[in-house]
Amino acid sequence: MSPELIKDSEDRNMFREVFLVEDSPGDVRLTREAFRDVNTSVHLHVATDGVEAMAFLRREGAYVHAPRPDFILLDLNLPKMDGREVLARIKKDDSLKTIPTVILTTSEAEADVANSYRLQANCYLNKPVRFDAFESLVKSINDFWLTKVKLPPQAQSG
Amino acid sequence: MPMEVLLIEDSPGDVRLTQEAFRDANTYIHLHVATDGVAAMAFLRREGVHSQAPRPDFIVLDLNLPKMDGREALAHIKEDYDLKTIPTIILTTSEAEADILKSYQLQANCYLNKPVRLDAFETIVKSINHFWMTMAKLPTQAISE
Repeated sequence: MSPELIKDSEDRNMFREVFLVEDSPGDVRLTREAFRDVNTSVHLHVATDGVEAMAFLRREGAYVHAPRPDFILLDLNLPKMDGREVLARIKKDDSLKTIPTVILTTSEAEADVANSYRLQANCYLNKPVRFDAFESLVKSINDFWLTKVKLPPQAQSG
Repeated sequence: MPMEVLLIEDSPGDVRLTQEAFRDANTYIHLHVATDGVAAMAFLRREGVHSQAPRPDFIVLDLNLPKMDGREALAHIKEDYDLKTIPTIILTTSEAEADILKSYQLQANCYLNKPVRLDAFETIVKSINHFWMTMAKLPTQAISE
């Protein structure tokens, strides 16, 4: 591959559309700042309840021009429609199920962990309470999921 | 408590590299190896000589395997009520977009390319170890069985 071609394909994949479904304004703020520090090519989109999240993913109403996320971070305890229901709907939808969906929650309940994997969450993470641990978790997510992992191609899956 | 990891990989060289990289990164791993898809499913279902096999906490699965390939093994794992909760990571040389997409459709937990260079291979195994064994919450044995 020539250097031009390599550069071309890097440009094409430069931005990562990350969708955060989270109702706590503080946690949204922390996640946004942590991503800004580690990866400037992340476009972070936020929905604060499950109904809004599904409207974004299905490009309904105000979200008709929403991008398809490359990656979803989903809290479990959400107003209107909770994260378990959002996860079930994503993983039952043939066009959405390929988007890696990682649970990020304060719940340490074993039932929540097992049920999330049963609903085919791609991974389950506990939200740390300490600020520096929160930052380092977002950095790990970026290093693994947005750097090492091969995400599904946008064109075919969009 | 040690983590039980099932590596499904037919290349002896890659098995060796993975064993060594896990050993360097984490001494609390019991690495079990199946070299084809049929042996992997027998291990997971505790059939025949595998009747005493532990339930893996985590599976690393190659796509191109003899007898039953990795795509089919992945489909079997993710269609099985008991096995589907085990995080299953694809680690393959295939960079084909069709393989990536198909793996996520079959609900692989994530898809990684197997590097050709030795140091990059070690790095990817260490990343798997760091992210999945130390950051991620894995389903507990008791509840998911």
